[in-house]
Amino acid sequence: MSGGLWREALGALRDDRLAMTSAALLGVIAFAALVGPSLIDYREDEIDWSNMAAPPFEAEGHWLGTDRLGRDLLVRTLFGLRVSLAIALAATLVSLVIGVAWGALAGFRRGRTDALMMRFVDVLYSLPQVFFVIILTVVFGRSPLTLLVAIGAFGWLTMARIVRGQALALREREFVDAAIVGGSGTLRIVGRHIVPNLLGPVIVYATLTLPQVILVESFLSFLGIGIQEPLASLGNLIADGAAEMETAPWMLAVPAACLMLVVFCFNFLGDGLRDALDPRDR
Amino acid sequence: MTALLAVRSLTVDFAASPPVRAVDSVDLSVAERESVAIVGESGSGKSQLLHACTGLLAPNGRATGSVRFDGMELLGPGNRAAAVRGRGIGFVFQDASGSLTPHRRVGDQLAEIASATRGLDRDASRIESRRLLDCVHLPDAGQRLREYPHELSGGMRQRVAIALALAARPRLLFADEPTTALDVTVQAEILALLAGLCREFGMALLLVTHDLGVVASLADRIAVMNAGRLVETAAAADFLRGPKHPYSASLLAAVPTLAGLQ
Repeated sequence: MSGGLWREALGALRDDRLAMTSAALLGVIAFAALVGPSLIDYREDEIDWSNMAAPPFEAEGHWLGTDRLGRDLLVRTLFGLRVSLAIALAATLVSLVIGVAWGALAGFRRGRTDALMMRFVDVLYSLPQVFFVIILTVVFGRSPLTLLVAIGAFGWLTMARIVRGQALALREREFVDAAIVGGSGTLRIVGRHIVPNLLGPVIVYATLTLPQVILVESFLSFLGIGIQEPLASLGNLIADGAAEMETAPWMLAVPAACLMLVVFCFNFLGDGLRDALDPRDR
Repeated sequence: MTALLAVRSLTVDFAASPPVRAVDSVDLSVAERESVAIVGESGSGKSQLLHACTGLLAPNGRATGSVRFDGMELLGPGNRAAAVRGRGIGFVFQDASGSLTPHRRVGDQLAEIASATRGLDRDASRIESRRLLDCVHLPDAGQRLREYPHELSGGMRQRVAIALALAARPRLLFADEPTTALDVTVQAEILALLAGLCREFGMALLLVTHDLGVVASLADRIAVMNAGRLVETAAAADFLRGPKHPYSASLLAAVPTLAGLQ
Protein backbone atom coordinates (compact mmCIF):
# COMPACT_ATOMS: atom_id res chain seq x y z
CA MET A 1 0.00 0.00 0.00
CA SER A 2 1.65 3.23 1.02
CA GLY A 3 5.17 2.08 1.65
CA GLY A 4 6.80 5.24 2.97
CA LEU A 5 4.41 5.93 5.80
CA TRP A 6 4.44 2.34 7.03
CA ARG A 7 8.20 2.33 6.93
CA GLU A 8 8.21 5.43 9.12
CA ALA A 9 5.89 3.78 11.63
CA LEU A 10 8.04 0.65 11.58
CA GLY A 11 11.08 2.79 12.33
CA ALA A 12 9.32 4.30 15.35
CA LEU A 13 8.34 0.83 16.51
CA ARG A 14 11.90 -0.36 16.22
CA ASP A 15 12.96 2.25 18.77
CA ASP A 16 10.40 0.92 21.23
CA ARG A 17 12.39 -1.70 23.17
CA LEU A 18 9.49 -3.10 25.14
CA ALA A 19 7.41 -3.63 22.01
CA MET A 20 10.32 -5.11 20.09
CA THR A 21 11.15 -7.50 22.95
CA SER A 22 7.51 -8.56 23.08
CA ALA A 23 7.43 -9.10 19.33
CA ALA A 24 10.61 -11.18 19.46
CA LEU A 25 9.27 -13.20 22.38
CA LEU A 26 5.99 -13.81 20.55
CA GLY A 27 7.98 -14.98 17.56
CA VAL A 28 9.88 -17.46 19.71
CA ILE A 29 6.69 -18.67 21.39
CA ALA A 30 4.89 -19.08 18.07
CA PHE A 31 7.87 -20.95 16.62
CA ALA A 32 8.07 -23.23 19.66
CA ALA A 33 4.33 -23.90 19.49
CA LEU A 34 4.60 -24.80 15.80
CA VAL A 35 7.78 -26.86 15.80
CA GLY A 36 8.26 -27.84 19.44
CA PRO A 37 5.77 -30.72 19.74
CA SER A 38 7.42 -32.63 16.90
CA LEU A 39 10.88 -32.35 18.51
CA ILE A 40 9.75 -33.96 21.75
CA ASP A 41 9.56 -37.74 22.06
CA TYR A 42 6.04 -37.77 23.46
CA ARG A 43 2.81 -36.97 21.68
CA GLU A 44 0.34 -34.65 23.36
CA ASP A 45 -2.11 -37.47 24.05
CA GLU A 46 0.45 -40.16 24.82
CA ILE A 47 0.21 -41.67 28.29
CA ASP A 48 3.38 -42.59 30.18
CA TRP A 49 2.07 -45.21 32.61
CA SER A 50 5.24 -45.20 34.69
CA ASN A 51 5.24 -41.43 35.30
CA MET A 52 1.90 -40.12 36.43
CA ALA A 53 1.68 -36.63 37.90
CA ALA A 54 5.46 -36.40 37.98
CA PRO A 55 6.85 -33.03 39.12
CA PRO A 56 9.14 -31.07 36.77
CA PHE A 57 12.75 -32.27 36.25
CA GLU A 58 12.16 -35.56 38.12
CA ALA A 59 10.97 -38.08 35.57
CA GLU A 60 13.35 -38.68 32.71
CA GLY A 61 12.30 -36.99 29.45
CA HIS A 62 9.54 -34.92 31.08
CA TRP A 63 11.17 -31.54 31.67
CA LEU A 64 8.07 -29.88 32.98
CA GLY A 65 6.58 -33.00 34.51
CA THR A 66 3.42 -34.87 33.57
CA ASP A 67 -0.26 -34.50 34.33
CA ARG A 68 -2.31 -36.97 36.30
CA LEU A 69 -2.66 -39.24 33.27
CA GLY A 70 1.09 -39.23 32.66
CA ARG A 71 0.97 -36.98 29.60
CA ASP A 72 4.00 -34.76 29.08
CA LEU A 73 3.18 -31.24 30.25
CA LEU A 74 5.65 -29.44 27.99
CA VAL A 75 4.21 -31.04 24.86
CA ARG A 76 0.69 -30.41 26.01
CA THR A 77 1.42 -26.78 26.82
CA LEU A 78 3.12 -26.15 23.47
CA PHE A 79 0.28 -27.93 21.72
CA GLY A 80 -2.25 -25.90 23.70
CA LEU A 81 -0.41 -22.72 22.75
CA ARG A 82 -0.64 -23.73 19.12
CA VAL A 83 -4.40 -24.28 19.36
CA SER A 84 -4.99 -21.11 21.36
CA LEU A 85 -2.87 -18.95 19.06
CA ALA A 86 -4.46 -20.43 15.94
CA ILE A 87 -7.96 -19.76 17.23
CA ALA A 88 -6.96 -16.28 18.35
CA LEU A 89 -5.44 -15.41 14.97
CA ALA A 90 -8.32 -16.86 12.99
CA ALA A 91 -10.99 -15.23 15.15
CA THR A 92 -9.19 -11.88 15.04
CA LEU A 93 -8.87 -12.13 11.27
CA VAL A 94 -12.56 -12.93 10.94
CA SER A 95 -13.56 -10.03 13.16
CA LEU A 96 -11.11 -7.77 11.35
CA VAL A 97 -12.53 -8.48 7.91
CA ILE A 98 -16.20 -8.37 8.89
CA GLY A 99 -15.79 -5.46 11.29
CA VAL A 100 -13.81 -3.25 8.91
CA ALA A 101 -16.10 -3.90 5.95
CA TRP A 102 -19.26 -3.43 8.01
CA GLY A 103 -18.08 -0.32 9.84
CA ALA A 104 -16.52 1.38 6.82
CA LEU A 105 -19.63 0.88 4.72
CA ALA A 106 -21.95 2.11 7.49
CA GLY A 107 -19.82 5.17 8.14
CA PHE A 108 -19.49 5.99 4.47
CA ARG A 109 -23.18 5.64 3.60
CA ARG A 110 -24.30 7.55 6.71
CA GLY A 111 -27.99 8.21 7.35
CA ARG A 112 -30.48 5.37 7.33
CA THR A 113 -28.07 2.68 6.09
CA ASP A 114 -25.72 3.53 8.92
CA ALA A 115 -28.51 3.51 11.50
CA LEU A 116 -29.79 0.11 10.35
CA MET A 117 -26.35 -1.48 10.23
CA MET A 118 -25.34 -0.17 13.64
CA ARG A 119 -28.64 -1.18 15.29
CA PHE A 120 -27.91 -4.70 14.11
CA VAL A 121 -24.55 -4.44 15.87
CA ASP A 122 -26.30 -3.15 19.01
CA VAL A 123 -28.67 -6.11 19.01
CA LEU A 124 -25.81 -8.61 18.78
CA TYR A 125 -23.94 -6.66 21.45
CA SER A 126 -26.81 -7.13 23.87
CA LEU A 127 -26.77 -10.94 23.54
CA PRO A 128 -24.78 -12.62 26.30
CA GLN A 129 -21.83 -14.29 24.61
CA VAL A 130 -21.54 -17.34 26.87
CA PHE A 131 -25.22 -18.11 26.36
CA PHE A 132 -24.74 -17.79 22.60
CA VAL A 133 -21.74 -20.13 22.67
CA ILE A 134 -23.68 -22.73 24.67
CA ILE A 135 -26.51 -22.67 22.13
CA LEU A 136 -24.01 -22.99 19.28
CA THR A 137 -22.28 -25.97 20.87
CA VAL A 138 -25.65 -27.64 21.51
CA VAL A 139 -26.65 -27.19 17.88
CA PHE A 140 -23.34 -27.81 16.11
CA GLY A 141 -21.46 -29.89 18.66
CA ARG A 142 -18.23 -29.03 20.41
CA SER A 143 -15.47 -28.37 17.94
CA PRO A 144 -12.74 -25.79 17.46
CA LEU A 145 -14.70 -24.50 14.46
CA THR A 146 -17.81 -23.83 16.55
CA LEU A 147 -15.65 -22.01 19.05
CA LEU A 148 -14.08 -19.95 16.27
CA VAL A 149 -17.49 -18.99 14.87
CA ALA A 150 -18.75 -18.12 18.32
CA ILE A 151 -15.80 -15.88 19.13
CA GLY A 152 -15.66 -14.33 15.66
CA ALA A 153 -19.39 -13.59 15.76
CA PHE A 154 -18.82 -11.25 18.68
CA GLY A 155 -15.30 -10.06 18.02
CA TRP A 156 -16.22 -7.96 15.01
CA LEU A 157 -18.80 -5.88 16.85
CA THR A 158 -16.36 -3.60 18.63
CA MET A 159 -14.20 -3.42 15.52
CA ALA A 160 -17.22 -2.34 13.48
CA ARG A 161 -18.00 0.42 15.98
CA ILE A 162 -14.44 1.73 16.01
CA VAL A 163 -14.17 1.63 12.23
CA ARG A 164 -17.59 3.21 11.74
CA GLY A 165 -16.63 6.15 13.93
CA GLN A 166 -13.41 6.65 12.00
CA ALA A 167 -15.22 6.30 8.67
CA LEU A 168 -17.81 8.89 9.68
CA ALA A 169 -15.03 11.35 10.40
CA LEU A 170 -13.19 10.50 7.17
CA ARG A 171 -16.42 10.89 5.19
CA GLU A 172 -16.39 14.59 6.08
CA ARG A 173 -12.91 15.06 4.65
CA GLU A 174 -12.70 16.69 1.26
CA PHE A 175 -10.72 13.93 -0.38
CA VAL A 176 -13.77 11.71 -0.11
CA ASP A 177 -15.90 14.38 -1.78
CA ALA A 178 -13.15 14.75 -4.36
CA ALA A 179 -13.26 11.02 -5.08
CA ILE A 180 -17.06 11.11 -5.30
CA VAL A 181 -17.18 13.97 -7.78
CA GLY A 182 -14.26 12.37 -9.59
CA GLY A 183 -16.66 9.56 -10.41
CA SER A 184 -15.30 6.71 -8.25
CA GLY A 185 -17.86 4.15 -7.10
CA THR A 186 -18.76 3.32 -3.50
CA LEU A 187 -16.63 0.17 -3.26
CA ARG A 188 -13.60 1.87 -4.75
CA ILE A 189 -13.90 4.82 -2.39
CA VAL A 190 -14.38 2.64 0.68
CA GLY A 191 -11.53 0.37 -0.38
CA ARG A 192 -9.02 2.96 -1.49
CA HIS A 193 -9.82 6.14 0.42
CA ILE A 194 -11.59 5.13 3.64
CA VAL A 195 -10.05 1.81 4.69
CA PRO A 196 -6.35 2.67 4.10
CA ASN A 197 -6.79 5.80 6.21
CA LEU A 198 -8.19 3.95 9.20
CA LEU A 199 -5.77 1.03 9.09
CA GLY A 200 -3.66 2.50 11.90
CA PRO A 201 -6.29 2.26 14.64
CA VAL A 202 -7.49 -1.04 13.17
CA ILE A 203 -4.05 -2.66 13.47
CA VAL A 204 -3.69 -1.40 17.01
CA TYR A 205 -7.11 -2.68 17.97
CA ALA A 206 -6.39 -6.03 16.30
CA THR A 207 -3.26 -6.58 18.40
CA LEU A 208 -5.30 -5.74 21.49
CA THR A 209 -8.08 -8.10 20.36
CA LEU A 210 -5.72 -11.07 20.05
CA PRO A 211 -5.05 -11.44 23.80
CA GLN A 212 -8.72 -10.83 24.49
CA VAL A 213 -9.68 -13.68 22.19
CA ILE A 214 -7.10 -15.95 23.83
CA LEU A 215 -8.64 -15.12 27.20
CA VAL A 216 -12.19 -15.72 25.98
CA GLU A 217 -11.17 -19.03 24.41
CA SER A 218 -9.39 -20.05 27.61
CA PHE A 219 -12.40 -19.03 29.65
CA LEU A 220 -14.80 -21.04 27.49
CA SER A 221 -12.45 -24.03 27.52
CA PHE A 222 -12.12 -23.65 31.28
CA LEU A 223 -15.91 -23.83 31.54
CA GLY A 224 -15.83 -26.99 29.45
CA ILE A 225 -17.62 -25.61 26.38
CA GLY A 226 -14.50 -24.82 24.39
CA ILE A 227 -11.66 -27.07 23.29
CA GLN A 228 -12.26 -30.67 24.42
CA GLU A 229 -9.88 -33.36 25.71
CA PRO A 230 -7.69 -34.92 24.51
CA LEU A 231 -7.08 -31.81 22.45
CA ALA A 232 -5.26 -29.22 24.55
CA SER A 233 -5.65 -25.49 24.73
CA LEU A 234 -4.32 -23.10 27.33
CA GLY A 235 -7.83 -22.87 28.74
CA ASN A 236 -8.49 -26.54 29.39
CA LEU A 237 -4.90 -27.07 30.58
CA ILE A 238 -5.49 -24.39 33.18
CA ALA A 239 -8.82 -25.98 34.08
CA ASP A 240 -7.06 -29.35 34.55
CA GLY A 241 -4.33 -27.68 36.55
CA ALA A 242 -6.78 -25.87 38.77
CA ALA A 243 -8.37 -29.19 39.69
CA GLU A 244 -5.01 -30.54 40.89
CA MET A 245 -3.78 -27.26 42.32
CA GLU A 246 -2.98 -28.66 45.77
CA THR A 247 -1.31 -31.91 44.77
CA ALA A 248 0.38 -30.92 41.49
CA PRO A 249 0.74 -27.10 41.37
CA TRP A 250 3.02 -27.23 38.30
CA MET A 251 0.08 -28.41 36.22
CA LEU A 252 -1.52 -25.03 36.80
CA ALA A 253 1.64 -22.93 36.90
CA VAL A 254 3.04 -23.88 33.48
CA PRO A 255 0.03 -23.13 31.24
CA ALA A 256 -0.98 -20.14 33.35
CA ALA A 257 2.50 -18.62 33.01
CA CYS A 258 2.36 -19.20 29.26
CA LEU A 259 -1.03 -17.51 28.97
CA MET A 260 0.17 -14.57 31.01
CA LEU A 261 3.32 -14.19 28.93
CA VAL A 262 1.44 -14.28 25.62
CA VAL A 263 -1.22 -11.82 26.76
CA PHE A 264 1.41 -9.45 28.16
CA CYS A 265 3.42 -9.58 24.95
CA PHE A 266 0.44 -8.86 22.72
CA ASN A 267 -0.61 -5.95 24.92
CA PHE A 268 2.87 -4.42 24.92
CA LEU A 269 3.13 -4.88 21.18
CA GLY A 270 -0.28 -3.27 20.70
CA ASP A 271 0.73 -0.33 22.87
CA GLY A 272 3.94 0.10 20.89
CA LEU A 273 2.05 -0.02 17.61
CA ARG A 274 -0.39 2.59 18.82
CA ASP A 275 2.45 4.93 19.69
CA ALA A 276 4.20 4.25 16.38
CA LEU A 277 1.13 4.74 14.21
CA ASP A 278 -0.43 7.67 16.03
CA PRO A 279 1.76 10.68 15.18
CA ARG A 280 1.39 9.80 11.52
CA ASP A 281 -1.58 12.10 10.94
CA ARG A 282 0.49 15.25 11.28
CA MET B 1 -26.19 29.38 -27.18
CA THR B 2 -27.79 26.67 -25.02
CA ALA B 3 -26.66 26.49 -21.44
CA LEU B 4 -24.36 23.67 -20.35
CA LEU B 5 -25.49 24.11 -16.79
CA ALA B 6 -28.91 25.57 -16.12
CA VAL B 7 -29.94 26.20 -12.54
CA ARG B 8 -33.60 27.17 -12.09
CA SER B 9 -35.05 28.41 -8.81
CA LEU B 10 -32.67 26.25 -6.80
CA THR B 11 -33.37 26.32 -3.08
CA VAL B 12 -31.26 24.53 -0.48
CA ASP B 13 -32.63 23.98 3.00
CA PHE B 14 -30.87 22.44 5.96
CA ALA B 15 -32.93 20.64 8.57
CA ALA B 16 -31.72 22.22 11.78
CA SER B 17 -33.40 24.13 14.54
CA PRO B 18 -34.14 26.71 13.35
CA PRO B 19 -34.08 25.49 9.71
CA VAL B 20 -31.52 27.21 7.52
CA ARG B 21 -32.15 28.29 3.96
CA ALA B 22 -28.66 28.42 2.49
CA VAL B 23 -29.65 29.02 -1.13
CA ASP B 24 -32.86 30.82 -2.01
CA SER B 25 -34.42 30.38 -5.50
CA VAL B 26 -31.28 30.96 -7.51
CA ASP B 27 -31.31 31.09 -11.31
CA LEU B 28 -27.97 30.74 -13.01
CA SER B 29 -26.64 29.37 -16.24
CA VAL B 30 -23.21 28.57 -17.57
CA ALA B 31 -22.70 28.19 -21.29
CA GLU B 32 -20.22 25.87 -22.97
CA ARG B 33 -16.68 27.25 -22.54
CA GLU B 34 -17.94 30.18 -20.52
CA SER B 35 -16.39 31.12 -17.20
CA VAL B 36 -18.65 32.48 -14.52
CA ALA B 37 -17.56 33.74 -11.13
CA ILE B 38 -19.78 33.75 -8.06
CA VAL B 39 -18.75 36.32 -5.50
CA GLY B 40 -20.20 37.12 -2.12
CA GLU B 41 -19.29 37.13 1.53
CA SER B 42 -18.84 34.04 3.69
CA GLY B 43 -22.08 32.23 4.39
CA SER B 44 -23.86 33.65 1.36
CA GLY B 45 -24.52 30.15 0.03
CA LYS B 46 -21.94 30.08 -2.76
CA SER B 47 -20.39 26.76 -1.78
CA GLN B 48 -23.74 25.12 -1.02
CA LEU B 49 -24.87 26.05 -4.53
CA LEU B 50 -21.95 24.07 -5.98
CA HIS B 51 -22.50 21.20 -3.56
CA ALA B 52 -26.20 21.00 -4.41
CA CYS B 53 -25.40 20.76 -8.13
CA THR B 54 -23.06 17.80 -7.57
CA GLY B 55 -25.12 15.99 -4.95
CA LEU B 56 -22.59 16.64 -2.20
CA LEU B 57 -24.95 18.23 0.32
CA ALA B 58 -24.68 17.11 3.94
CA PRO B 59 -27.28 14.46 4.90
CA ASN B 60 -29.57 17.06 6.49
CA GLY B 61 -29.59 19.24 3.38
CA ARG B 62 -32.34 19.22 0.77
CA ALA B 63 -32.25 20.85 -2.65
CA THR B 64 -35.41 21.76 -4.59
CA GLY B 65 -35.84 23.40 -7.94
CA SER B 66 -34.04 22.27 -11.03
CA VAL B 67 -30.42 21.77 -12.05
CA ARG B 68 -29.91 20.63 -15.61
CA PHE B 69 -26.57 19.62 -17.03
CA ASP B 70 -26.63 19.41 -20.81
CA GLY B 71 -30.39 18.98 -20.60
CA MET B 72 -30.28 16.26 -17.95
CA GLU B 73 -32.00 16.89 -14.62
CA LEU B 74 -29.65 16.33 -11.66
CA LEU B 75 -32.02 16.90 -8.76
CA GLY B 76 -34.78 14.59 -7.60
CA PRO B 77 -35.05 11.06 -6.23
CA GLY B 78 -32.21 8.64 -6.77
CA ASN B 79 -28.63 9.67 -7.14
CA ARG B 80 -28.86 11.37 -10.52
CA ALA B 81 -25.94 13.67 -9.94
CA ALA B 82 -23.69 10.60 -9.97
CA ALA B 83 -24.12 10.35 -13.73
CA VAL B 84 -22.36 13.63 -14.45
CA ARG B 85 -19.62 13.32 -11.88
CA GLY B 86 -16.17 13.12 -13.35
CA ARG B 87 -16.78 13.38 -17.07
CA GLY B 88 -19.52 16.01 -16.74
CA ILE B 89 -18.57 18.16 -13.79
CA GLY B 90 -15.19 18.28 -12.08
CA PHE B 91 -14.63 19.86 -8.70
CA VAL B 92 -11.63 21.69 -7.23
CA PHE B 93 -11.99 22.21 -3.50
CA GLN B 94 -10.88 25.04 -1.28
CA ASP B 95 -8.37 23.03 0.71
CA ALA B 96 -6.07 21.06 -1.53
CA SER B 97 -4.46 19.28 1.41
CA GLY B 98 -7.86 17.92 2.28
CA SER B 99 -8.85 16.85 -1.20
CA LEU B 100 -5.94 14.44 -1.61
CA THR B 101 -5.97 11.11 0.19
CA PRO B 102 -3.05 11.26 2.63
CA HIS B 103 -2.00 7.61 2.33
CA ARG B 104 -1.76 7.23 -1.39
CA ARG B 105 0.82 8.34 -3.89
CA VAL B 106 -0.15 11.26 -6.08
CA GLY B 107 0.21 9.16 -9.21
CA ASP B 108 -2.10 6.41 -7.92
CA GLN B 109 -4.80 8.92 -7.12
CA LEU B 110 -4.65 10.51 -10.57
CA ALA B 111 -4.59 7.12 -12.28
CA GLU B 112 -7.59 5.96 -10.25
CA ILE B 113 -9.81 8.77 -11.52
CA ALA B 114 -8.52 8.47 -15.07
CA SER B 115 -9.23 4.75 -15.20
CA ALA B 116 -12.56 4.96 -13.33
CA THR B 117 -14.04 7.63 -15.59
CA ARG B 118 -12.36 7.08 -18.92
CA GLY B 119 -11.73 3.35 -18.81
CA LEU B 120 -8.00 3.75 -19.39
CA ASP B 121 -5.93 0.67 -18.63
CA ARG B 122 -3.05 0.59 -16.16
CA ASP B 123 -0.31 1.86 -18.44
CA ALA B 124 -2.46 4.41 -20.22
CA SER B 125 -3.69 5.89 -16.96
CA ARG B 126 -0.13 6.10 -15.68
CA ILE B 127 0.99 7.99 -18.77
CA GLU B 128 -2.09 10.15 -18.50
CA SER B 129 -1.36 11.11 -14.88
CA ARG B 130 2.14 12.15 -15.88
CA ARG B 131 0.68 14.27 -18.67
CA LEU B 132 -1.84 15.83 -16.27
CA LEU B 133 0.92 16.95 -13.94
CA ASP B 134 2.68 18.53 -16.91
CA CYS B 135 -0.57 20.29 -17.77
CA VAL B 136 -0.74 21.92 -14.36
CA HIS B 137 2.94 22.95 -14.71
CA LEU B 138 4.24 20.88 -11.84
CA PRO B 139 8.01 20.54 -12.17
CA ASP B 140 9.61 17.08 -11.88
CA ALA B 141 6.31 15.41 -12.72
CA GLY B 142 7.87 11.95 -12.85
CA GLN B 143 9.23 12.31 -9.32
CA ARG B 144 6.05 13.90 -7.94
CA LEU B 145 3.93 10.96 -9.09
CA ARG B 146 5.70 8.76 -6.58
CA GLU B 147 5.34 11.21 -3.69
CA TYR B 148 2.69 11.48 -0.99
CA PRO B 149 0.56 14.60 -0.63
CA HIS B 150 2.31 15.67 2.59
CA GLU B 151 5.63 15.80 0.75
CA LEU B 152 4.34 18.61 -1.50
CA SER B 153 3.97 22.31 -0.76
CA GLY B 154 0.53 23.92 -0.54
CA GLY B 155 0.72 25.38 -4.03
CA MET B 156 1.91 22.10 -5.52
CA ARG B 157 -0.90 20.27 -3.76
CA GLN B 158 -3.48 22.60 -5.26
CA ARG B 159 -1.97 21.98 -8.69
CA VAL B 160 -2.29 18.25 -8.08
CA ALA B 161 -5.88 18.74 -6.91
CA ILE B 162 -6.62 20.58 -10.16
CA ALA B 163 -4.99 17.78 -12.11
CA LEU B 164 -7.19 15.35 -10.18
CA ALA B 165 -10.31 17.24 -11.29
CA LEU B 166 -9.02 17.33 -14.87
CA ALA B 167 -8.23 13.60 -14.89
CA ALA B 168 -11.82 12.80 -15.81
CA ARG B 169 -11.83 15.45 -18.58
CA PRO B 170 -14.93 17.26 -17.32
CA ARG B 171 -16.85 19.65 -19.56
CA LEU B 172 -17.50 21.97 -16.65
CA LEU B 173 -15.17 22.67 -13.76
CA PHE B 174 -16.41 23.82 -10.36
CA ALA B 175 -13.78 25.63 -8.34
CA ASP B 176 -14.73 26.46 -4.76
CA GLU B 177 -12.38 29.21 -3.59
CA PRO B 178 -9.41 27.27 -4.94
CA THR B 179 -6.87 29.82 -3.76
CA THR B 180 -8.05 30.79 -0.29
CA ALA B 181 -5.58 28.52 1.47
CA LEU B 182 -2.60 29.78 -0.52
CA ASP B 183 -0.39 32.84 -0.27
CA VAL B 184 -0.91 35.76 -2.59
CA THR B 185 1.73 35.12 -5.25
CA VAL B 186 0.70 31.48 -5.55
CA GLN B 187 -2.95 32.54 -5.73
CA ALA B 188 -2.33 34.52 -8.90
CA GLU B 189 -0.43 31.61 -10.48
CA ILE B 190 -3.17 29.10 -9.71
CA LEU B 191 -5.91 31.35 -11.09
CA ALA B 192 -3.93 31.99 -14.25
CA LEU B 193 -3.41 28.26 -14.54
CA LEU B 194 -7.14 27.60 -14.19
CA ALA B 195 -7.96 30.15 -16.87
CA GLY B 196 -5.36 28.70 -19.21
CA LEU B 197 -6.55 25.13 -18.67
CA CYS B 198 -10.15 26.08 -19.38
CA ARG B 199 -9.08 27.52 -22.72
CA GLU B 200 -6.83 24.56 -23.47
CA PHE B 201 -9.40 21.89 -22.63
CA GLY B 202 -12.43 23.87 -23.79
CA MET B 203 -13.93 23.62 -20.32
CA ALA B 204 -16.55 25.85 -18.81
CA LEU B 205 -15.69 27.20 -15.36
CA LEU B 206 -17.85 28.07 -12.39
CA LEU B 207 -15.60 29.76 -9.88
CA VAL B 208 -16.48 30.76 -6.35
CA THR B 209 -14.19 33.41 -4.96
CA HIS B 210 -13.71 36.35 -2.64
CA ASP B 211 -11.19 38.04 -4.82
CA LEU B 212 -12.87 40.62 -7.03
CA GLY B 213 -9.56 41.71 -8.49
CA VAL B 214 -8.80 38.40 -10.20
CA VAL B 215 -12.39 37.89 -11.21
CA ALA B 216 -12.13 40.76 -13.65
CA SER B 217 -9.38 39.15 -15.68
CA LEU B 218 -10.69 35.59 -15.41
CA ALA B 219 -14.45 35.54 -15.67
CA ASP B 220 -16.78 36.34 -18.53
CA ARG B 221 -19.67 36.92 -16.19
CA ILE B 222 -20.01 37.67 -12.51
CA ALA B 223 -22.85 36.57 -10.24
CA VAL B 224 -23.19 38.19 -6.85
CA MET B 225 -24.74 36.26 -3.99
CA ASN B 226 -25.95 37.65 -0.69
CA ALA B 227 -27.77 35.72 2.03
CA GLY B 228 -28.58 32.84 -0.31
CA ARG B 229 -29.99 35.01 -3.06
CA LEU B 230 -28.49 35.92 -6.37
CA VAL B 231 -28.66 39.71 -6.34
CA GLU B 232 -26.97 40.52 -9.63
CA THR B 233 -25.57 38.84 -12.72
CA ALA B 234 -23.56 40.93 -15.14
CA ALA B 235 -20.77 40.74 -17.69
CA ALA B 236 -17.49 41.14 -15.85
CA ALA B 237 -16.54 44.41 -17.50
CA ASP B 238 -19.94 45.99 -16.92
CA PHE B 239 -19.93 44.86 -13.32
CA LEU B 240 -16.62 46.46 -12.51
CA ARG B 241 -17.56 49.67 -14.26
CA GLY B 242 -20.80 50.09 -12.38
CA PRO B 243 -22.61 47.42 -10.36
CA LYS B 244 -26.36 47.89 -10.28
CA HIS B 245 -27.20 46.37 -6.93
CA PRO B 246 -26.20 48.29 -3.77
CA TYR B 247 -24.75 45.12 -2.23
CA SER B 248 -22.47 44.62 -5.25
CA ALA B 249 -21.37 48.21 -4.93
CA SER B 250 -20.54 47.71 -1.28
CA LEU B 251 -18.53 44.57 -2.19
CA LEU B 252 -16.53 46.53 -4.74
CA ALA B 253 -16.01 49.36 -2.31
CA ALA B 254 -14.71 46.88 0.25
CA VAL B 255 -11.71 45.99 -1.91
CA PRO B 256 -8.78 47.71 -0.22
CA THR B 257 -6.84 50.07 -2.45
CA LEU B 258 -3.55 51.81 -1.94
CA ALA B 259 -5.31 55.13 -2.37
CA GLY B 260 -7.63 54.26 0.45
CA LEU B 261 -4.72 53.62 2.80
CA GLN B 262 -3.13 57.00 2.30
